[in-house]
Amino acid sequence: MSLKRRTVLKSGAAMIGTLAAPGLITRAQAAGDTIKIANITDVSGGLDIYGQPQVATMQLAVDEINQKGGLLGKQIDLISYDPQSDLQLYTQFATEAATRERVSAVFGGITSASREAIRPLLRRYQTLYFYPTLYEGGACDRNYFCTGTTPAQTIEKLVPHVMDKFNGKKVYVIAADYNYGWISARWVKHYVESHGGEVVADEYFPLDVTEFGPTIKNIQAAKPDLLYTLLVGGNHMSFFRQWAASGLAGSLPMFSTDFGVGNEHIVLSSEESDGMYAAYAYMQELDTPANMAFLERLNSKFGAGAPYINELASAAYYAIYHWAQAVEKAGTADRMPVIETLEANSVVDGPGGKSTIDPATHHCIQDVHIGVVKDNAFDVLKSFDQLAPTDTAEVCDLIANPDDNTHYTITSRDG
Amino acid sequence: MRLTRSSVELTAVALIGLFALFVFPRNVEFYTIISSTIYISLAILALSLALIWGYGGILCFGQAAFFGLGGYAYAVGAWNFDATIYAALLAVVIPTVFAAALGYFMFYGRLNDVYLGVITLTVTLILFKLVNSTGGDAYAIGKARLGGFNGMPGTPFLENPLNGKVLSPEALYGVAVVCLFTCYFLCKAVLASRFGRIVVAIRENETRAELLGYDARPYKLAFFCIGAGIAGISGMIFANSVFVAPTMFDMASTARILIWVIVGGLATLVGPVIGCIALLMITTSLGRSGWIDPNVALGAILIVFVLLVPRGLLPLLNDGLNRALAWLKQERAP
Amino acid sequence: MDYVIVLILQILFSVSSLALVCAGLAVIFGMMRVINLAHGEFIMLGGFTTVFATQAGIPIVVSMLVVAPAIVAVIGFVIERLVVRHLYGRMIDTMLATWGLSLLLIGAATMLFGNSVAGISAPFGSFTVGQYRVSVYEMFIVAVTLVLLIGCYLLLRFTRLGLIARGTMQNSEMAASLGISPSKVYSVTFTAGAALSGLAGALLAPLSGVVPTMGKAYVAKAFITVISGGEAILTGLVSASGLLGSVGTLTTFATTPVVGDAALLFAAIILLRFLPNGITGRFFRRSI
Repeated sequence: MSLKRRTVLKSGAAMIGTLAAPGLITRAQAAGDTIKIANITDVSGGLDIYGQPQVATMQLAVDEINQKGGLLGKQIDLISYDPQSDLQLYTQFATEAATRERVSAVFGGITSASREAIRPLLRRYQTLYFYPTLYEGGACDRNYFCTGTTPAQTIEKLVPHVMDKFNGKKVYVIAADYNYGWISARWVKHYVESHGGEVVADEYFPLDVTEFGPTIKNIQAAKPDLLYTLLVGGNHMSFFRQWAASGLAGSLPMFSTDFGVGNEHIVLSSEESDGMYAAYAYMQELDTPANMAFLERLNSKFGAGAPYINELASAAYYAIYHWAQAVEKAGTADRMPVIETLEANSVVDGPGGKSTIDPATHHCIQDVHIGVVKDNAFDVLKSFDQLAPTDTAEVCDLIANPDDNTHYTITSRDG
Repeated sequence: MRLTRSSVELTAVALIGLFALFVFPRNVEFYTIISSTIYISLAILALSLALIWGYGGILCFGQAAFFGLGGYAYAVGAWNFDATIYAALLAVVIPTVFAAALGYFMFYGRLNDVYLGVITLTVTLILFKLVNSTGGDAYAIGKARLGGFNGMPGTPFLENPLNGKVLSPEALYGVAVVCLFTCYFLCKAVLASRFGRIVVAIRENETRAELLGYDARPYKLAFFCIGAGIAGISGMIFANSVFVAPTMFDMASTARILIWVIVGGLATLVGPVIGCIALLMITTSLGRSGWIDPNVALGAILIVFVLLVPRGLLPLLNDGLNRALAWLKQERAP
Repeated sequence: MDYVIVLILQILFSVSSLALVCAGLAVIFGMMRVINLAHGEFIMLGGFTTVFATQAGIPIVVSMLVVAPAIVAVIGFVIERLVVRHLYGRMIDTMLATWGLSLLLIGAATMLFGNSVAGISAPFGSFTVGQYRVSVYEMFIVAVTLVLLIGCYLLLRFTRLGLIARGTMQNSEMAASLGISPSKVYSVTFTAGAALSGLAGALLAPLSGVVPTMGKAYVAKAFITVISGGEAILTGLVSASGLLGSVGTLTTFATTPVVGDAALLFAAIILLRFLPNGITGRFFRRSI
């Protein structure tokens, strides 16, 4: 009799299970002795190319921690939201995660617009926020931590390296037409000039431009020694295709601090992408034991579906570990103790090297690697230890002004 | 008083309004209030297109332009003025003025149908491109940096004009509800007026209306401006509950308004509001579950509706209700 | 001098690629008064087909000129049967249904192919004009477009099929009463339009790359160009893309791509203000 009732109950539960959306089941199972965190990352819509690897590494990090017994004896429950590259859904999901799920931290946001849609909300709802993406720098808020690089961090080393290598003085800059492109281009100019060079022209392209014919003619007319690209997204890849189609591939050394995070070097043919120099806090090709072990864990979790890991994805992985380490040290998942622990020299030794949280800016001091694209992969040439986010540090000092809540537009040292 | 269809509708809407204002917010969680504010802001937008397309026959592919202009006008005003209430006024004025200029161009040029649709779409896309390319420092109006693709973070929120305090999320919800229902009753009043009747007559047969001595152009123009003003209010509330960014002007933003109206039912006012909220809820839950690409789901819904329920949800419900009533009457009859 | 030649070549290329992108839409709009908002996705499918076919070992020119149009034509045929057929005469409804189709195809392509499909390189190399290098492939596109337009003209002007098509276009009821089945004509037209869009996607794939959302970059511009052209399919297409393409490219050279695009759109608005039925609504009225 009792056996029968149990079967009935079981099949009833199974039915409810099949009816409910998968996301809801995991949440129901996880309720109770867990620490909840949320990720709000685009895995559909125009930005999925950036979001999917980030979500994969966050899941990996959470799994790793859970397998080792979790945090403070509790399992971590990662709730995933897909805002579909839509700002309005960012707002809704951030509110839901903070006020309904009462998560202890939110991870996510890809574009600066999406970050600025949710950062003020999470501050208002007193929910810790991690932004795991490289961006133009300048967001200053004690409730917010960024684990990606900012322009000064990578451009500072890349520009002299490439200028010396090719003995080039005249640089042509092409960039995406929004804050990231404009601000990064200004830092390129700053470092080119302080290395005795000159920016001969800069051009900006909205993200939906696919035809670069006129620009390619302009570049040929200007005859620069080097080409710095800050192009972003699938449409902008057309530039490299049209450049190669005009027989110009290899005619001009190129360097960039965002080529590759959108899988450019994989999607483009090797003819179109070979010889691109870039600098990141992480490259999948890094030949270090820590990275090899990380990739092995990733491949055993995702198998053939494992995504290519770029700096954005590794920054997401670091973000989870910074948070988890702070929770463990603080002995609680409450917001203020965790923030204070993160500010007290939080170091994560991960696949890309050491990442240290800078208490003044809440950005990360990181190792930076220069590589060149060869046969659809990066060939790592040189690594630099522990570079600081000096750009954000110019405007943001959370030790002196802990209540600061500004998104500064950094105008570089030259003004 | 005899119970007419329209008086039943008005009473029902008024009751729902009172419920949404006083009962609903006290019985739901905080995040529901936030989401509802966003839904209501967009429902106002659906209402604006329902009015001018459904009753004025003006197929406007650019309702998102007025929505975006309203949002940006509010943001620019809020950065520059001391009291945000003036910014809110600006959010109605700017889209209306813009619509008057654009409408003059179109209606006095006697553009119709598809051509009108194309012009409004083109204007929206131009605005998108222009706003999207304001990333440089030079693009600022007073203290407001337009910010290009990144939008305008940190825009001040609406304040209570009496004491100058920033509205709480709950109060903003209240404002949104009041705006939605005020706009609804405003639309009803316009349609019941002599002016509204003439506009509907022009939609039915422009030539005949003109032969009866009505110059269609100013009527359409004025009607178009009312729609733009309402869309501006929607943009203002959206700016307060979400964020101002160029995506307000993009093709997807403008297309989904048409979808709400079609799904809800063209030539009704309540239908598009229901369609809007229902579709937004579906999109949100798709983002939460992640088992199917939301584009696939939305695309399929749209095709199914156009093929199988071309008149939209509300007329379908209405028919069902009428049939049920008729059936009940028959049953009762001796 | 070199610069002027390069400039002219660039305008030629811009105009022909615009015409190419618009051709499928123009045929469907001109013949059927149906605005196909899934046009961009037909282009996308053409692009994906070319990439996959080339990767499977089919020579690139064959996959572009034969395989891609054929596959997209089949898809177009099926879509016409399943969806568009039921909506003739309801312009707004077809627009909305094809919009839904567009979302559906983008979503399906995202799920099936993803965003990281490796592209293919443009063949044929380059040639030199003074100090400038110009892509041979771009000139190949100009040539293909030219052949295509001439082919369409001959087909419409001198064949029985063309006569039927023009007849149905002018007065479908009259054509039907003469024993021609409009539904068959529409089916053929939609399939042909899809094939043209597939061809456009195929030819552009090596220059722009393929991602599920690639159609979005083209559809608005195509839509506006076709409407600006007006009812005559070929003349409208050539005149509108010639005018708008040149305005856009020249402005881009002089200023920035944003201003260039805005100028193109603005030119279209001005044009429609004074010629509300498009260029061929006023000029070349008896043309094809």
